[in-house]
Amino acid sequence: MKKNKFLHKHQKTLAPLVSLVLIILVTASITPGFLSIQMVDGHLFGSLLDILHRATPTALVALGMAVVIGTRGIDLSVGAVIAISGAVTAVLTVNTDFPVWLVILCALGTGVLCGVWNGVLVSVFNIQPIVATLILMVAGRGIAQMITEGQIVTFHSDVLDAIGNGYFLAFPIRVWIAIGMIVLTLVVMRKTALGLFIEAVGANVRASRLVGIEARLLVLSAYVFSGFCAAMSGIILAADIRGADANNAGLWLELDAILAVVLAGASLAGGRIYLLLTIVGVLIIQTLTTAILTSGLPAQYNLVVKATIILAVLLIQSPKTRQWLSGFFQKKQTSVKGNTKP
Amino acid sequence: MQSLSVRSSVCHSLPWLGAFKRKALLTTFAVMLPVFSVSAMAADLTIGFSQIGSESGWRTSETESIKAEAERRGYDLKFSDAQQKQENQIKAVRSFIAQGVDGILLAPVVETGWDQVLKEAQRAKIPVVLIDRGVAADPSLYLTKVASDFKEEGALAASWLAAQTNGRCNIVELQGSVGSSAAIDRKTGFDSVISNFPNMTIIRSQSGNFTRAGGKEVMESFLKAEGGAKNICALFAHNDDMALGAILAMKEAGVKPTKDILVVSIDAVPDIFKAMADGEANATIELNPHLGGPAFDAILASQKGESVDKWIKANGPLYLPDTAAAEYAKRK
Repeated sequence: MKKNKFLHKHQKTLAPLVSLVLIILVTASITPGFLSIQMVDGHLFGSLLDILHRATPTALVALGMAVVIGTRGIDLSVGAVIAISGAVTAVLTVNTDFPVWLVILCALGTGVLCGVWNGVLVSVFNIQPIVATLILMVAGRGIAQMITEGQIVTFHSDVLDAIGNGYFLAFPIRVWIAIGMIVLTLVVMRKTALGLFIEAVGANVRASRLVGIEARLLVLSAYVFSGFCAAMSGIILAADIRGADANNAGLWLELDAILAVVLAGASLAGGRIYLLLTIVGVLIIQTLTTAILTSGLPAQYNLVVKATIILAVLLIQSPKTRQWLSGFFQKKQTSVKGNTKP
Repeated sequence: MQSLSVRSSVCHSLPWLGAFKRKALLTTFAVMLPVFSVSAMAADLTIGFSQIGSESGWRTSETESIKAEAERRGYDLKFSDAQQKQENQIKAVRSFIAQGVDGILLAPVVETGWDQVLKEAQRAKIPVVLIDRGVAADPSLYLTKVASDFKEEGALAASWLAAQTNGRCNIVELQGSVGSSAAIDRKTGFDSVISNFPNMTIIRSQSGNFTRAGGKEVMESFLKAEGGAKNICALFAHNDDMALGAILAMKEAGVKPTKDILVVSIDAVPDIFKAMADGEANATIELNPHLGGPAFDAILASQKGESVDKWIKANGPLYLPDTAAAEYAKRK
């Protein structure tokens, strides 16, 4: 009975976690060696590591997206920001003598600028977030193409190589970067009033303004944070292939990020931020991608299979299913009670 | 000189405007429309060329090659960059018709929706040559299509691989975007050749979406799924970019490209020549960007009343590492 209560209370948290574990287990039964992890050249090596490695760009973007969605907003421009920051990274590395830290700083700065642009449109001009960020989503890729002059700009830099593919303490450096960002965001969102304020603004702008919360600045900062995260992701993605591909870098990544936030159980109507579950959502998406690639499935089935499984996960999490499930448990409970009565 | 010819060409299409208005409008048009004349000297042929855009290095070199060929022949080439939009291409073709050009080159951004404008060109008796892609329209509406045969490219890659490995090879394949004609036909061509060799099999095949990142991620998963390179003899990638991504994945997994796994791909972008010169790729087949010559020849032939094939195949050669350094220097 205690167990049932636990299930009932944490159903929302458990659903994504159980889905992730299930997907991993099913894949492992289809693809032998999926779970195997070896030490190669002093770092871990295996499909599970690939999932972590590949999930970092989406995870970073999804962090920013979770915060923005928490304010009842949405940021469609993250894919384009990725392309821009990747382009800035590549072009500055190739064409200037800037030290690497300055290149990275410039790329992150570009992301922040993009965030300010989005934030100002949303919070100062009151343009609906989906429209406001759509502008940069469309224009941003063009800006990136302008920066790279439509070519894939390849570069070489030891530091960027390390960010893209290096290892530290047996784990990929970019995974450490993502973990750092996750912890930082968690601390800010959960241990300071800022997180509470942002959720408050998302839940009810008017009420929060009445209690004296500066909503505009908070919304603006959410978009700046999202832009910053997207820029980090852009640097990592460019470093990964040692080149900036303005046409394809981060293409459709905004949708994966939004999906991850929704898989975490957040509502697009704002007011709730589930950071860790968002990361679980990202891992679900990436595990599916990697699983499909290793399974030997013909390429034309990739998207259908992915969509079907995502649909199943979302159905498990839907309020109706949960209601039905808890009703099922309660019935069982009462019937057990009835039997034990003298 | 160049801006003058822009004005005159746009003037022709706007005869109904008053002189004053025309001047004011034209200045804006000259800025807005990327239609300009490459060669302003006396020309025996005036050709309009509607290009998709400049989204890839290959397309840029195609544009350059066609412009250079026009200049070499002393043709007046009116070039229009559609920036990936069909409506811009239709506008450009209509303006070419209004200008009364001798022929139109069209690199169609999509397959459908061309019937109307092609009919307009036919009514004006202007031959239209499709460049590097086809359209889903009645073949009688255009003169010819000048393009590579993707199937032959795939077949050439397979033949080279069969010769290299004596017909004994486990191949992993990186497909292009699912459903694209390049991916479908390159695979068909490749399969048609290796089906003659019982010991050549494709053991893994997945889509890398024609991108470097895609090629890298899929190759990583291939290496994991096959437990390293020992069971893989060669990689066939539907384009060079995916091969370049896959080469990165191999190097990171401690696999030596060309030594442990042969790498053959298609397109001949500059970076693959660098990889070949560095000993990281084995062969690439050029997706021929030099389509101006055959296209202009077809227009000349139609003017003389000669019949022209509906598909002029302009396939590129296979390049090997021995010429890679020189080719890279040439193309960079």
